[in-house]
Amino acid sequence: MRAYLPLAVRLGVLALLILYLVRPQTFAPALSLLTEPGQPPIYDRADVLSLTLSHLTTVFIAISAATIVGVGLAILVTRPIGEEFLPLSRSIVNIGQTFPPVAVLALAVPIVGFGEAPTLIALFLYGLLPIFENALTGLSRVNPAVLDAARGMGMTETERLWQVDLPLALPVILEGIRLSVAIGLSTATIGSTVAAKGLGEVIIAGLSSNNLAFIVQGGVVVAVVAVLIYDGLSGVERLVARRAGTVLQEES
Amino acid sequence: MIEIERLTKYYGPHAAVDDVSMFVPAGSITAIVGTSGSGKSTLMRMVNRLVDPTSGHVQIDGRDTTEFPVHELRRHIGYAIQNHGLFPHRTVAQNIATVPRLLGWTRSRIAARVEELLILFQLDPGEFADRRPHELSGGQQQRVGVARALAAEPKLLLMDEPFGALDPIIRAKAQDDLKKIQRKLGTTILLVTHDMEEAIRLGDRIAVMDHGRLLQYAPPAEILIHPATDFVGDLIGTEDRPFRLLSLETAAAAIEPGEAGGPAIAAEATLREALAALIWSGRRAAPVTDAEGRPLGRLVLQSLIERAARPS
Ligand SMILES: Nc1ncnc2c1ncn2[C@@H]1O[C@H](COP(=O)(O)OP(=O)(O)O)[C@@H](O)[C@H]1O
Ligand SMILES: [Mg+2]
Repeated sequence: MRAYLPLAVRLGVLALLILYLVRPQTFAPALSLLTEPGQPPIYDRADVLSLTLSHLTTVFIAISAATIVGVGLAILVTRPIGEEFLPLSRSIVNIGQTFPPVAVLALAVPIVGFGEAPTLIALFLYGLLPIFENALTGLSRVNPAVLDAARGMGMTETERLWQVDLPLALPVILEGIRLSVAIGLSTATIGSTVAAKGLGEVIIAGLSSNNLAFIVQGGVVVAVVAVLIYDGLSGVERLVARRAGTVLQEES
Repeated sequence: MIEIERLTKYYGPHAAVDDVSMFVPAGSITAIVGTSGSGKSTLMRMVNRLVDPTSGHVQIDGRDTTEFPVHELRRHIGYAIQNHGLFPHRTVAQNIATVPRLLGWTRSRIAARVEELLILFQLDPGEFADRRPHELSGGQQQRVGVARALAAEPKLLLMDEPFGALDPIIRAKAQDDLKKIQRKLGTTILLVTHDMEEAIRLGDRIAVMDHGRLLQYAPPAEILIHPATDFVGDLIGTEDRPFRLLSLETAAAAIEPGEAGGPAIAAEATLREALAALIWSGRRAAPVTDAEGRPLGRLVLQSLIERAARPS
């Protein structure tokens, strides 16, 4: 997926996505090839644009929270005061991943009820591990000579964190966020089983009414959104890595 | 001026630095030399408290280093290390500005200081100020590292194998430049090296360490002529000893009246260089000139050979 998509392909895919979201009927002739006679080719029970926005909002909120907690935890356990919590925090974060997402939803519903909340919890737990692991790697892999110089020149721990550790770890941290966003965008589809608004609704409607066109349009929109965002974040990451001077440093 | 008093550092049962006392006079270069693992870095790092001593004290200009908050202490001591440790995400100018920024200097004062240092280290500000460290050669990175260490005008500079990563020709030039800059600024330098050649070239005094202990602490000539132990003798290398002795003095010190033919030797060349020039050109004597090319007298091969002999 990291492969370089030429700009034209990206823009073309984006244009098709936007066209579908604002004028879904344009695709009716093509999608009607997949339907049984009498079935609607375009999902019409809700506005797909607003479903997409809800889907993105859910992922955005969950991954933002996972970023704050994941990066915060990684900062804490790489400081002298938090060092002893490193193994403990690793296992807690790993446990979040061993539950299948459906199980998390099933367990969360009785506690927080139907709607967005169980989905947010599941996405948060799933997003946490890649972000935490990457932040940990980034923060603990800063060139020791650079750290020694920073300490030797009289930076306090806080100055070092903001001026050296975080800027140098940023590309690796962003990589973790990108992975979590990609996982989150696809995992959020199952949120529709517990009545969260999102693109999963289209797929579930297709499954329950045996409408292949619904399943395809729901699935393709989720996939296209995920690929475009993943690709965009990769670009941001390369930019940041170049600015942090870490790309060349690793090679030399 | 640094006074090191009975400094000891244990790692587990093993003493990395074992009861070392020494006095480093202000405005001089002291080279700490020894084999790898002999405790040189640990000794130096106890001066700016990157390492906490197990016992003993360090005083700088008469004040115990523990009197200051540790980051305050370090901001007033220059620190340069082998792999320069430049911040890869910051430009050359920002790297040099690190300590002045920590000290809260004004922007204009920082900018002026950065420019002054770039010029001092022969880096054109217009060309280099906005480059990233990875856009510099090894020699340039090393110079920026030392410029950064000197940015806040510290009276004391600690250097841990600062030239270790340079190839021999660039290293020799960097050593000469450092010595010139040190003479100009009057900075007290404590420099760690495993290279006796470098220690002799730079040090006003040399501290020889082995297994955490200070074996000998004396000016280079004294170490060459009277090595305190066999280990110090081995470190000097017996076959190089006469030449190292000659490298401590310049041609100016051995001028004799008279004339000689052939190309002239500069008065500021070391006697070792002068000897090499005489042997190579097959001459018994050569004229000496000052910086402007005026004749000062001559150097005689036989006198140089006598100077290189062990004094009785
Ligand atoms: N942080 C440390 N923890 C344990 N042992 C150390 C540490 N730093 C240095 N040592 C040990 O102390 C001895 C001296 O190290 P060092 O001062 O770095 O030597 P040098 O700079 O002369 O090569 C070595 O045996 C080294 O392994
Ligand atoms: Mg060392």
